[in-house]
Amino acid sequence: MKTCLIVDDSKVIRMVARKILQELEFETSEAADGQLALDACNESMPDAVLLDWNMPVMDGITFLRELRKTAGGDKPIVIFCTTENDLDHIQEAMTVGANEYIMKPFDSDIIQAKFQQVGLI
Amino acid sequence: MNPADFEFISSLIMSRSGLVLTPDKAYLLESRLMPVARKHGLKGLEDLISTLRLRRDESLIVEVTEAMTTNESFFFRDTKPFNLLRDEVLPPIMEKRAANKRLRIWCAAASSGQEPYSIAIVLKELGTKLAGWNIEIVGTDISNDILRKAQKAQYSQFEVQRGMPIQLLLKYFDKVDENWIVKPEIKNMVQYKYWNLLEDPKPLGNFDIVFCRNVLIYFDAETKGKVLATVANMMPEDGKMFLGGAETVLGVSDKFKPVAGQRGVYARP
Ligand SMILES: C[S@@+](CC[C@H](N)C(=O)[O-])C[C@H]1O[C@@H](n2cnc3c(N)ncnc32)[C@H](O)[C@@H]1O
Repeated sequence: MKTCLIVDDSKVIRMVARKILQELEFETSEAADGQLALDACNESMPDAVLLDWNMPVMDGITFLRELRKTAGGDKPIVIFCTTENDLDHIQEAMTVGANEYIMKPFDSDIIQAKFQQVGLI
Repeated sequence: MNPADFEFISSLIMSRSGLVLTPDKAYLLESRLMPVARKHGLKGLEDLISTLRLRRDESLIVEVTEAMTTNESFFFRDTKPFNLLRDEVLPPIMEKRAANKRLRIWCAAASSGQEPYSIAIVLKELGTKLAGWNIEIVGTDISNDILRKAQKAQYSQFEVQRGMPIQLLLKYFDKVDENWIVKPEIKNMVQYKYWNLLEDPKPLGNFDIVFCRNVLIYFDAETKGKVLATVANMMPEDGKMFLGGAETVLGVSDKFKPVAGQRGVYARP
């Protein structure tokens, strides 16, 4: 079973994402901000990270920069999942090392299509 | 709806588009045809059917037929067929056509354009390998309404995310407000035409590669066989055809055989 860390400050979004990912047979864990996500990754690297942008303490883009600098942090496939939908944000995310990008709102079809494209399913 | 009305309207639609409507799908008639009825100032389905019985109003029949089509489509639907196109199907065909550098591809149920544009992007991504090639992608459909959407090449955020990888989205689309519009370099690779698969498609010419995906599922076995036979007639011996994930030629037509190891790809026997 592949593992996916869901990073979002909204409990409701985490729950929706968790339900979809569990249906796609992922083992999921959750973090409410970038710092907690980084701590979780340092303990054990997930196969995938579903990542919100705007969060308290540490935002998604800072988390991604830090993650890619960490030993083994180049491995997880990182998929942004955010309401930021302008070209600048998308471009920045891809430059920093995101593998895919989902613009909220999302549904299970979109998650499935994106996870398929990056080879996670 | 009474059985006679159901029989009348379902056989009218069947004869026009091939769509098979079984009685358990009667609810589809309600939901799809009520807007048509209202548009013509008719109270409901019964009135619409009486009108059709009374007078052979061609444009109303066309509207009814179009309203009954299911146009759902995604970019790079099922992912793998488009990888197979790039890695397995195109290379041998292009090698054989290297002398005249001409390639024709047909999307036989193009719907709102996601499939032909995905094919165009696969080709564009081949880059310099295609220098000097004359490539035609023809998208046809029975619904003029949906072809207008395809031609417009404008998709919502929701639509592009169902299948378009982010890198290709950035590369081949322009963002206008909340929508994404296919760039001219891709859009101009595709031509659209109205075409009913039940009609003889000879005037369209011959095609090296045919995408006939997620349309045969709506037809009965006899119609499937007929359509596949006409498609076969328009293809050279080394041509390849793609069907949708729930479709096959097995037990339906002997004009094609599945290609081993390439799911969804069919060759002439
Ligand atoms: C579900 S869509 C498939 C779109 C695309 N090929 C894909 O796989 O995503 C089916 C399309 O077939 C078209 N169609 C149905 N009957 C047809 C017919 N007799 N001739 C041509 N097109 C037809 C419908 O209008 C609809 O747009």
